[in-house]
Amino acid sequence: MKHEIIEKNIGLMIILIVLTISGGFLAEVVPLFFQKSVNEPIEGLEPLNALELEGRDIYIREGCHVCHTQQIRPFRSETERYGHYSVAGEFVYDRPFLWGSKRTGPDLARVGGRYSDAWQRQHLFNPRSVVPESNMPAFPWLFENRVDHESIDKRMKTLQTLGVPYTDDQIAGASEQIKGKFEIEALVAYLQQLGTVISEKR
Amino acid sequence: MSTFWSIWISVIVLGTVFGCWWLLWSTRKNQTTDTETDRTMGHSFDGIEEYDNPLPKWWFYLFAATCVFALGYLALYPGLGNYKGLLGWTSHGQWEAEVQEAEAKYGPIYAQYGSTPIPELAQNQDAMKIGQRLFANNCAVCHGSAARGQVGFPNLTDDDWLYGGSPDQIHQTITNGRMGNMTPKGVMPNMTNEQVDQVVNYVLSFSGRAQDEEAAEAGAQVFAQACVACHGPDAKGNTAMGAPNLTDNTWLYGSTYEWIKETVVNGRQNEMPAQEGRLSDDQIQILSAYVYSLSN
Repeated sequence: MKHEIIEKNIGLMIILIVLTISGGFLAEVVPLFFQKSVNEPIEGLEPLNALELEGRDIYIREGCHVCHTQQIRPFRSETERYGHYSVAGEFVYDRPFLWGSKRTGPDLARVGGRYSDAWQRQHLFNPRSVVPESNMPAFPWLFENRVDHESIDKRMKTLQTLGVPYTDDQIAGASEQIKGKFEIEALVAYLQQLGTVISEKR
Repeated sequence: MSTFWSIWISVIVLGTVFGCWWLLWSTRKNQTTDTETDRTMGHSFDGIEEYDNPLPKWWFYLFAATCVFALGYLALYPGLGNYKGLLGWTSHGQWEAEVQEAEAKYGPIYAQYGSTPIPELAQNQDAMKIGQRLFANNCAVCHGSAARGQVGFPNLTDDDWLYGGSPDQIHQTITNGRMGNMTPKGVMPNMTNEQVDQVVNYVLSFSGRAQDEEAAEAGAQVFAQACVACHGPDAKGNTAMGAPNLTDNTWLYGSTYEWIKETVVNGRQNEMPAQEGRLSDDQIQILSAYVYSLSN
């Protein structure tokens, strides 16, 4: 074939370029849309409640995912430290997922229940007060700001539209449930449930 | 994976490999020579011409080699839908092999230490080196790398124990965790501000630091009503429920008037998370011995 033909027919070239760059996507990503193992929640997985969901939004707002991953890879060195490796079914309600790509701090995929609430609060208020060599920033304002209870129902509704099985009752009661709570309560509630559905920790 | 998607993936993957192969050879067809020539593509734009030289040989064969490599890889590893590959590799299987290898290597050592009584194990230097690393990885975030604790997290190097410092009690604490709960104002929810002041002074008087002797005397009554149930009539605490001894000079939450007042008024909740499941039984045994060795 003469590449002259392709070079002089811009339409043909566009089609061939699209085909070329979408090859990996068609083979590696598209089939996953139809796999049960990545689309179905693992047994016992519940959508986050209103407080935990608010905590998740705070987690995103403060950029926790920039330094902390939420994905334990299937290597012994990771499972010894963090617990059972992550499976796709744990993340089906995560929109967007917070797997992250860089570990400045440790992985948090199974941090739920690992430390006490009191430790989490103290650590977030000033990480150096519990871990002297830590370089994590402090988040003292979480202890002063109240959560945004007014938009929580809209956020839950959006997730419901996207397929997260919230009931209408849950959405209706959400605002009342978290009204007046401090942001730190929401964030700690979110952290303390992370990865707890798989009880096998090692 | 369904047959459809399996075929879908295989067709795209193999199609890409053979497509590259075909592209490589088909663009070579019109070449008459393998060496550089002055032949041009025959067009000229603003006096600029394009040579029509073949790809350098080494480069061409490198391309060809990647196609061959891809086919070899696809034969050995799972890359074509449901085809498992000749090696039968899975990421899960690799993880299990890693774990088994480690188990074969470290299992016997752990098993030996795991069946050694804690006081004896605490004398074993090698076991304590393991213990120190386990402690650094799992306990130091709260109790500190020197195990000296901090406000709200007990010092493990002294002789003062909330839940008892015997080998069994330490083992129990690590395995199942502990939930410490001091209710606000003890068991006397209607304690007045004056009574709070009195009982705080009374508690301070145990270590000779009462700010107001009169209030401290009156506090004895309040203490008897609000605090005795857990801390005992002599205020020496109760390891069964983790109620601390108030007569010594060890304070989990600070020893000043203000700190003690805060504790009395708002109560304290404290949790030591259970390690069972996170650590193996043998690891807990070693860790118990390490903690035991810190004060014995």
